[in-house]
Amino acid sequence: MELNQYLEMFIEESKEHLQSCSDNLLELEKNPTDLAIVNEIFRSAHTLKGMSATMGYEDLADLTHKMENVLDAIRNEKIQVNAEILDVVFESVDHLEEMVMNIADGGDGKRNVSQTVAKLKRIESGEPILETIPTVVSSESVAESAATTIVSENKLQLEYDDFEKTVLLQSIEQGFNAFEIAITLDDGCLLKAARVYMVFDILEKNGDVVKSSPTVDRLEEEQFDQDFKVALITQTTTEELKSKIQKVSEINNVVITPLSKELFTQSAVVESEKPLESPVGAVVEETPSISPNEVKKEESNQKNTVVKHATSKTIRVSIDRLDILMNLFEELVIDRGRLQSIASEVNHSELNETVERMSRTMGDLQNIVLTMRMIPIETVFNRFPKMVRTLSRDLKKKINLEILGAETELDRTVIDEIGDPLVHLIRNSVDHGIESPEVRLANGKPEEGNVTLRAYHSGNYVFIEIEDDGAGINRERVLKKAISKGIVSKEAALSLSDKQINELILSSGFSTAEVISDISGRGVGLDVVKTTIESLGGNISIESTEGVGSIFSIQLPLTLSIISVMLVEIEQETYAIPLSSIIETSIIKNSDILNAHNQKVIDFRGKVVPLIFLDEIFDVPRAESKDDEYHSVVIVRKGDKLAGLVVDTFIGQQEIVLKSLGNYLTNIFAISGATILGNGKVALIIDCNALMK
Amino acid sequence: MTAVEQEFLKVIVFQLADKEYAIPVSNVQGIEKLMHITRVPKTQSFVKGVINLRGVVTPVIDLRERFGIPVLNNVETTRIIITTLDEMEVGFIVDSANDVLDIPMNAIEQQPEVVGSNEEDFISGVAKLENRLMILLHLNKILNP
Repeated sequence: MELNQYLEMFIEESKEHLQSCSDNLLELEKNPTDLAIVNEIFRSAHTLKGMSATMGYEDLADLTHKMENVLDAIRNEKIQVNAEILDVVFESVDHLEEMVMNIADGGDGKRNVSQTVAKLKRIESGEPILETIPTVVSSESVAESAATTIVSENKLQLEYDDFEKTVLLQSIEQGFNAFEIAITLDDGCLLKAARVYMVFDILEKNGDVVKSSPTVDRLEEEQFDQDFKVALITQTTTEELKSKIQKVSEINNVVITPLSKELFTQSAVVESEKPLESPVGAVVEETPSISPNEVKKEESNQKNTVVKHATSKTIRVSIDRLDILMNLFEELVIDRGRLQSIASEVNHSELNETVERMSRTMGDLQNIVLTMRMIPIETVFNRFPKMVRTLSRDLKKKINLEILGAETELDRTVIDEIGDPLVHLIRNSVDHGIESPEVRLANGKPEEGNVTLRAYHSGNYVFIEIEDDGAGINRERVLKKAISKGIVSKEAALSLSDKQINELILSSGFSTAEVISDISGRGVGLDVVKTTIESLGGNISIESTEGVGSIFSIQLPLTLSIISVMLVEIEQETYAIPLSSIIETSIIKNSDILNAHNQKVIDFRGKVVPLIFLDEIFDVPRAESKDDEYHSVVIVRKGDKLAGLVVDTFIGQQEIVLKSLGNYLTNIFAISGATILGNGKVALIIDCNALMK
Repeated sequence: MTAVEQEFLKVIVFQLADKEYAIPVSNVQGIEKLMHITRVPKTQSFVKGVINLRGVVTPVIDLRERFGIPVLNNVETTRIIITTLDEMEVGFIVDSANDVLDIPMNAIEQQPEVVGSNEEDFISGVAKLENRLMILLHLNKILNP
């Protein structure tokens, strides 16, 4: 079957299911008794298993199946949730993620997970999770189950689909015997495939094999350890069958379990495929002693999940197509401008009406086109809870991660780039920021450290903050290190402000951790963070109080392609000044202009602000020299420095699409790009940072 | 020599002052009528500015000025030839676009020693065709000073 066309969908959906698994696992860790959450995880795992089996990723399906067994046992209250079990399940989810990533990268999704599988098996059989060699344990557990009596097996060992179930049920109803046969080969068995063939030969002579685990193909390729299971419909009896199979040499053990109708009906309830209603029923039925209070809680939880499932449907569109759409739309905007001016000349009432209506529709369309590229930052944030959990376990710290403003929207291009820097910063906060529980207690802080991840809009920017209540930055140590590494000179170090010292840790070749850990890297991380953020047109600053904590604050432009500008006119030329650098506009009189060291300045709200005459800077050709009494000034800022740009007239504020000047014109002084105006003309965008030194 | 075996170079022929010049068609994206040019400050004088070429901001240079020929005022026949080279798109302002021709490869000669202006750096060869003399341009040298 041609499955390639489904691959992308499979990968995306798998990621979604794994994400929901880990989200719910974290939730479960907080409320270990809430079986509704287990159900939720089980459902995700079950879907994932089905999908991966269909796509032919056996390892993926296999591991999910093992994990599902454990989850099943938990929700049937056979095992109690504890930290060790959750660790193993988390480990499995990690493995699954790796597999999916591998498949996404074009791999085959294979991975050695025998240790995790062994752990899952031990949990399922209620044994302690010991670090022993997996193969030994698995044969042990088989041996043990063989030692227990055949009748005590009251659970289906194999997984059946609907068709197989029906076949088995009907055969039982018609008086046939249905068995599950577990066969273990000798440890020293050389020709496993041959033995399997002989066993199958006997079985087929005596009845029909409904299912085998692993599949027949895999058995023939010897892709199994020592044991395999078969479901058989036959008229022979247990003893007869057993003796027949045992005639095959190199067979260690044969366990035959008769299947009854009840087993299927029981499992049918558990295995029901209807995700929305049945789990509630299942939970309530199987735990009749549950108190009404708990039932209520579960029901409300169930409601929550129902709401979650009703989220809007999406399709995936490549960003290139959105770019093309954007370009076409701009063309349309330009034509609309022309049409408007023609309509006003012609002054035909019906034409005017149509043009007006078209303009309105285009306004709406513009909003949609512009917001289509925006996605919530949640897509980046949602991988952090699990990461922090793993990190805090590895470091033996207690950390609570709080995420605020995950719904904040950012341009897709920014979202794609911001993930890695944030990972670095969070790792840094967890590793270097938060102290160990002992140190925290000794310092009179609560044992549990807090890391807060916050995102919010402000003006044309998005701010992302990572705050921790850890040790903060030891400025003395930072300075000493920076001087010893030659990042700053001793003399320069004296004049640095606290903030500047904090930001030294973002310089390359800097690592303050006494011991290099594999968690926050080798000191190359933070300067990469800084470079990435600056390449996105943003910046990063650090506030820190020693002993109280640190805040890493990232400022990012909302989008890389659309910006708000103020259009100004100088003689016949139109220029755009980014709104993000404008403080305000004002009109000044000639008498307000003062001279200081050959530089014209004005007094702006008590501050001396230098004036930059754009017509001089840009050599704008003047028909006649202008000598007005009044000047229009745009006050702009770079950091804490201000400047006043003198222009002829203000046109107004507008959203524009950023365009590059192409490869031929590079490094033009004080021009950061261009845009196309409604009248089809090109306007240049002024780079205020270059105008101020 | 048989006509069948001849190889041809397809070129766009345009006029600058009294001479005809040619650029390979493979380097030409289109020919546009003169449109509004936005001046870009602090660039070389022959860079006239940028135009909006169907949504793409494209720089435009005046070939007369680039070659040191006295600059004329733009007239009705003035055209902008959009050329493309190594992912660069640049428009050339020319007096008029005359023709699309197939020049036989053997009609192309190395440039003569004396041409008389500083345009010689930009010439890759000269083609003689019947009574016409066409100067083949070296785009690389025009675009990379």
